[in-house]
Amino acid sequence: MVQKAISLEKLPSQTQRTSRRLHSEALAPYLFLLPFVVLFVLFFIAPIIYAIEQSLFRSERSGLGLGAATVSFNGLGNYLDVVHDPSFYSSVGRVLLYGVVQIPVMIILALILALLLDSTVVRLKAFFRVAFFVPFAIPGIIAALLWAFFYQPSFSPIVKAFQALGLPGPDFLGPGTVLWSIANIAVWTYAGYNMLIIFAALQAIPTEIYEAARVDGCTGFRLAWRIKIPLVAPALILTFFFSIVGALQLFAEPQVLSAISNNVSTSYTPVFYSYTTAFSNNNYYYAAALSVVLAVITCIFSFSVLRVTQRQAGV
Amino acid sequence: MSQQTASVPMPTAQELAIARQKQPRRFILSSIGPMTFLLIFTLYSLIPFFWLVVSATKSQADLFGTFGLWFAPNFNLFTNLGQLFTYNNGIFGRWLLNTLLYAGVGSVVGTFLAAMAGYALAKYNFRGRNLIFSVILGSILVPATTLALPLYLMMSKVGLTNTIWAVLLPILVNPFGVYLARIYASASVPDELLEAGRIDGAGEYRIFTTITLRLLAPALVTILLFGFVAIWTNYFLPLVMFSDSSLFPVTVGLQSWNVTASNASANGQTIYNLIVAGALVSAIPLLIGSILLQRFWRGGLGAGAVKG
Repeated sequence: MVQKAISLEKLPSQTQRTSRRLHSEALAPYLFLLPFVVLFVLFFIAPIIYAIEQSLFRSERSGLGLGAATVSFNGLGNYLDVVHDPSFYSSVGRVLLYGVVQIPVMIILALILALLLDSTVVRLKAFFRVAFFVPFAIPGIIAALLWAFFYQPSFSPIVKAFQALGLPGPDFLGPGTVLWSIANIAVWTYAGYNMLIIFAALQAIPTEIYEAARVDGCTGFRLAWRIKIPLVAPALILTFFFSIVGALQLFAEPQVLSAISNNVSTSYTPVFYSYTTAFSNNNYYYAAALSVVLAVITCIFSFSVLRVTQRQAGV
Repeated sequence: MSQQTASVPMPTAQELAIARQKQPRRFILSSIGPMTFLLIFTLYSLIPFFWLVVSATKSQADLFGTFGLWFAPNFNLFTNLGQLFTYNNGIFGRWLLNTLLYAGVGSVVGTFLAAMAGYALAKYNFRGRNLIFSVILGSILVPATTLALPLYLMMSKVGLTNTIWAVLLPILVNPFGVYLARIYASASVPDELLEAGRIDGAGEYRIFTTITLRLLAPALVTILLFGFVAIWTNYFLPLVMFSDSSLFPVTVGLQSWNVTASNASANGQTIYNLIVAGALVSAIPLLIGSILLQRFWRGGLGAGAVKG
């Protein structure tokens, strides 16, 4: 009824419009978009194109490696090298192993926390929400530095507590454990943040649904499992998706730990590997190829996650 | 008191409705398990930060020599802070100001650009609208770190590496902000109001600044916060772009100290007490800000999660 009245009011104004007015209205969206789109093209699209272009070249030093390097067209040569590069494979394999463990642990933890904070059996909700959010407000690199102190035997209160009890201190930086020490940093930093995303979605569920569930005798655990979790599926997908992108981009934590552990190589993760290739080995062309391959892998992964989970959840 | 009511949201109707039907006796029994779980996770979340606070009060020797989770007899916080801000000609203060500059300018301008773009995409019909929106949406899939290296190559070609523009310009591009602004604008800016503005003779830009920006204000605070935190915590882009340490943001600066400290056996200088104090100082502004503004976080995340 209200809708109708408004649209009737609108009619005369539209016929009264001058052509200048219509012209400016037609142009306006382009002008509004212009500043963003210009920067977007310059600093988002152009680097992608430039990376692809650079990845087709290679730099060669003649003779003994002295003198200026010559740059020559290499076609898909760099990509062939990436495909046959064991360092690249092991770095991708490592972040995949990391992701398979870290992401489910973190998201299940975040989901449980969110469900508890949304339930009626818990007190001090505002306090818990703030407490869980503290780690996210600490910059990732600072979190990595912080945990590095917990992992280093000379500082670690954990190792010192073990020693005080006469037990051997745990080795957080060993060849088999350092990956999980990195995963712990990520869980610590992002579990609370993901909890907040899921919690916000839980709060957005309309009250009528709970009323209906209550009438049908659905409460407690069954309410969470049958009603709440399916309804927050989109939020879960969102957190899952961001976590995968995050895992494939893993860099700051291994970089910090590489300074204190011999078990973190400079090709530990794909981003770390391309960073080292570019800035330690000065091989920008190969690093560009690595970046392109990594971006493609990331897109494939996040896109297929979006696809599969959307079909599963029916959203 | 008013502070508290502002940051702690009222229980929702749903919470109240369910709470009413609960019996108090059952409450205590069934909440032991969940409360224990929440408390354990609280300890996990807060202990590292507590360690940081405690350690910032310790001297270099006490950092190694005393138990990490309690204060040492010597209270060294102010000595550490004094040393932190004077070490190396006070470069830490410079890093903090750099971070503030990048995060402040980047988030304000970036949010404004995102608001304009999101508004245009939500409220106008024009050729290419769907194409532009799909490209922006798709770009959220491209991780920022994979862009940093090609950006460095481009910037070095035009001689912009090692200038503030190398970081300031790319961080203005916030595709996720555009996506959020579009959702908010289509939900909270009524067409009728825009039409009324046009009838009153306001130009399109004026309608945007007087009507749209005001209606979008709460949403824009959320985008601004996201942007501010993202830039404040950004590490990889400035790491790649800057080699001049006077341009570093605090994240890159502290890690450069960490590398120096780890190689300290070579030159005999250990600055772990400065790293710890610096980490605390750089974490505090963000911590206070995000706790005070937590309700804005919730609103923004909700829109992203429900419609995402």
